[in-house]
Amino acid sequence: MAIDVSDRTVAISPGEPVISARDVRVWYGTTRGAIRAVDGVSFDLAPGETLGLVGESGCGKSTLGRGLMGLLPEGAKRDGQVLFRGQDIFSLSAKESYQLRGRELGMIFQEPLTRLNPLMRISQHFEETIKQHEPGLSKDEIRERALEALRLMGIPPTRYRSYPHEFSGGMRQRLMIALALVLRPAFVVADEPTTALDVLVEAQIVQILNDLRRNFQTSLLLITHNVGIVAEACDRVAVMYAGRIVEQGTVAEVFKNPQHPYTRELLRSTISLSTTGLNYIPGAPPDLVDPPDGCRFHPRCPQAMNVCATQNPVNMERPGGGRVECWLLGPDEQVPPGGKQPLKQEELTVADEA
Amino acid sequence: MPTKPETRADAPALVDVRDLSVHFELRGGTLARLFGRDTGTIKAVDGVDLRLRPGEVVGLVGESGSGKSTLGRALLGLVPATSGSIHLRDQNLAEMSRRQLRAIRRVVQMVFQDPNAALNPSMTIEEAVGDALRVHGMKSATERRAGVVQALERVGLSPVELFLNKYPRDLSGGQKQRVVLARAIVLNPTLLVADEPVSMLDMSVRAKILQLMLDLKHDLELTYVYITHDLATAKYFCDRVAIMYLGRIVEIGPTEEIFAQPRHPYTKALLAAIPEPDPDKMVPRDLPRGEIPDAAQPPLGCAFHPRCPEAVSGCGWESRDLRTLVEEHWLRADAAYDEERRVIGDLDHLDTPSTTATLGVGGSAQVRAILDRMRTEDVDEPLWSGVTAVEDSGSGVTVHFEPAPPPPLRRAGGVEVACVLYPDEGRPDA
Amino acid sequence: MRRVAAGLLKPFTETAGLARWMLVAGVLLTAVFVVFALFAPWVAPYGFAQTSAHGVAFPKLGHPDSQHWFGTDRLFFDVFSRVIWGARTALEVVVLSIFFCVVIGVPLGLASGYYGGWFDRIVVLVMDAMYAFPSFLLAIVFSFLLTNVYGGSVVAVSLSLTAVYIPQYFRVVRNTTLSAKEATYVEAARAIGATDGRIMRRYLFGNVIQSVPVLGTLNAADAILTLAGLGFLGLGIQSTDAAEWGHDLNRALADAGGGVWWTGLYPGLAIVLLVTGLTLVGEGLNETLNPTLRRRRLLPVVMPGRAAPNLVEEERS
Repeated sequence: MAIDVSDRTVAISPGEPVISARDVRVWYGTTRGAIRAVDGVSFDLAPGETLGLVGESGCGKSTLGRGLMGLLPEGAKRDGQVLFRGQDIFSLSAKESYQLRGRELGMIFQEPLTRLNPLMRISQHFEETIKQHEPGLSKDEIRERALEALRLMGIPPTRYRSYPHEFSGGMRQRLMIALALVLRPAFVVADEPTTALDVLVEAQIVQILNDLRRNFQTSLLLITHNVGIVAEACDRVAVMYAGRIVEQGTVAEVFKNPQHPYTRELLRSTISLSTTGLNYIPGAPPDLVDPPDGCRFHPRCPQAMNVCATQNPVNMERPGGGRVECWLLGPDEQVPPGGKQPLKQEELTVADEA
Repeated sequence: MPTKPETRADAPALVDVRDLSVHFELRGGTLARLFGRDTGTIKAVDGVDLRLRPGEVVGLVGESGSGKSTLGRALLGLVPATSGSIHLRDQNLAEMSRRQLRAIRRVVQMVFQDPNAALNPSMTIEEAVGDALRVHGMKSATERRAGVVQALERVGLSPVELFLNKYPRDLSGGQKQRVVLARAIVLNPTLLVADEPVSMLDMSVRAKILQLMLDLKHDLELTYVYITHDLATAKYFCDRVAIMYLGRIVEIGPTEEIFAQPRHPYTKALLAAIPEPDPDKMVPRDLPRGEIPDAAQPPLGCAFHPRCPEAVSGCGWESRDLRTLVEEHWLRADAAYDEERRVIGDLDHLDTPSTTATLGVGGSAQVRAILDRMRTEDVDEPLWSGVTAVEDSGSGVTVHFEPAPPPPLRRAGGVEVACVLYPDEGRPDA
Repeated sequence: MRRVAAGLLKPFTETAGLARWMLVAGVLLTAVFVVFALFAPWVAPYGFAQTSAHGVAFPKLGHPDSQHWFGTDRLFFDVFSRVIWGARTALEVVVLSIFFCVVIGVPLGLASGYYGGWFDRIVVLVMDAMYAFPSFLLAIVFSFLLTNVYGGSVVAVSLSLTAVYIPQYFRVVRNTTLSAKEATYVEAARAIGATDGRIMRRYLFGNVIQSVPVLGTLNAADAILTLAGLGFLGLGIQSTDAAEWGHDLNRALADAGGGVWWTGLYPGLAIVLLVTGLTLVGEGLNETLNPTLRRRRLLPVVMPGRAAPNLVEEERS
């Protein structure tokens, strides 16, 4: 399976990326100043590829997803460049980006029930969605399309005329996925799609997401806090901390040889069936109104050096492929003299805990 | 790993739950009440036996709707027992008055899943923890403060002065859960019911809170009931594990044996569903279909049989399973759907659980043909082995299934399993 | 101390634009009347039922002049003084009726929502019946009944206003209790062994009371109008007992035909201004305290220029 995953990525990555994000920033205005929820993030997504975005809560992963979709609350501001098939989607007009959404960019949310209209049948949901973007289709064609999408999600055609409340939680999430995919968008953001679900249903949905590539050739940005799900369903992974992607690469590579201390600590603190000892990351993610200078992880980092507290780490080619931002990996020529000495850190107590 | 040298198998039970049932009356909608329709009962806990020895950690594991939280709440008397008994040492909680139950909560305490909701937003930390003491009659404010300070220090919230006057909104998730733990231990309880205490917390602090709970158990000689849906933490945390499904325990035994050799298909499925972060250890897996069924109308026979990958003839097949099977067939038979739908007609009447199922409107021969096609499609489908007869009836057919009682818990190796695949190993049983 | 001050200032610091302007204007308007009410003996040149000063009788329906800024009415009273004293009457009645509403309505709503069952059904039925009754009619009926018991006093009028407004307090508190009692912290309180009374006092009260201040200010505005209405109909407080704007308006009705405008204009203006002030305060508070309406004042986001090195590094690969 592991070999399978890396092979596929190698086969895909030479292609033109579907999404190419460069130095994306999304800041929220508050009464205290701007929250730098996403602060300079760059990544590429190849056709049919699934990129997992992991990190602790409050690291900006959901904000990044919503920012790409243009679904931000009032008072938020985004900049940077996001090329979707060569077109910068951040500079589109409201109308253009509305037309792009749904048709080319899809979104799957955490709580499906709040996104479905309880008074509309499933069939009506599909009709509404499809008609909005492809007005020419007849009712039969719409039905055909919808049933096909439902079938791929494992929802029997007998349920086409049902109402949302007649479905169980897992079925509703499948419905949402079917609705998001019925127009065959090239890029889908899934924001914690399994968090509200039971273990077995979660595993079913992960399997469905896993099959997406095969059935729809959709590129997926899967936002989750569960590294296990990333390992199961993603080709590549981007680890986010305090508004920045600190490490990205193929899942096999990153999880086997984590380069960034945060990735390592995050993996170590995850409790799985093979856990034999309890590990945790001391402290809490920083306040993003006023993030620490230098590397944002340095107050919690077990390997922090003097340079980490003063200078931003440089985005580097990651040994083994991918990218990483950590002074441990250089570039050494930019480290000031004495910068490699271990940093004297303040002791983190429960008062700083997440 | 947590060990328990202080517990012995023959030690007298701290808690002895026998044949406990907790049923909730379903209040139907306005129409249902107007027409006096049967509104049904949910058997949240249905005939559960559970013994806790002093000092052990017992895990109640299952999906939502399995009754694990209700069982945990019943141990505090927070939900009334419908039948059966809950003995705490020699007192029966099931027969106690509300006043007596309030006194019991000195001894049995609870930790909640969502630390953000478990603390009153308008009370400071000192008030929140101190209120437990106040409720149990500690009038002196100085004594209360001393107790609160001690409890907060115990859970690692020091320097205490930093926290005493804070409101819950000023604390992080992990800190709030520590406060909840402090409130639980401030009364010096013997039993702590922890309902998913870490599942709402961030990955990076889960381990820390679990470690704290282990330390507390050791220092204060606590007994834990650990309620969770997460087998990974249960494996690390518990001495014994009880797997629950739709109000019943389907497998119970020592943690090591359950994880090394899971017997019940549901346990196996839960284990297989845990995503493994190490890409080297990943295995392709066969997941059970569907979701936890409606608890108001649980499946006949073994409650897990509709989803069970190992089901056999005697699992209690019934009308709703036939419906699922027909729908699954249509999921595959894309082209034939419209025509077959005309022959089969409506399926909604099959939702009333019964061991006979009548279906079809387009002639019994045609219906039989479709059923045969379905059968050849998947010869191994266990439902067919549970069919005793298929008769013509009107323009359709009636399918008869072999009735089966729900399997009781029976000894198998070092554990007890409720599954027809594990018949009795020599204990007198019905 | 500081936290209390910050809490009191919160409505001002956390609102922006129109909401803030409304709040400030409302508070200023209301404050003027509160000052009138509190310091009426010093602000008003004469008593509310005074007909002469220094041995000189006031003129009947005298034009506004330097002696009587707002003129005098047909009972020889000084209109300006009666407007000032009227503020005192109005605020007395309103404060008292809101006090009764809170003291009776809040505990009743709390108990009704918490216990549910037949007790809840009966109380809800009674309150709904009162609410469905045309409110002004209800005030008139209660006013009649209570005047027989207490005479035309401030207490009697306050109690009849209480009857009009209490269902609102009851409903708001009952409904918030219904949802708050399902919260985990209530179950947690039960788990530590707290009694029902304690749960209501210590855990629910502080959380269900939050919408009462807004309701109070909005009702106060409405209560001023109802009070004036009662006075206009000649019910409630008599002119010699206290100055009451509605009652003064009633008497001014006959004057208007004769070109005497000052007896009606000034009490009327006082009613309009106080009602406006209180409404503005209520709406302003609502915007800040009600989370569904609240728009927090956000600092504009200013993004500094791009962090260029990262881009260069990206493109090099």
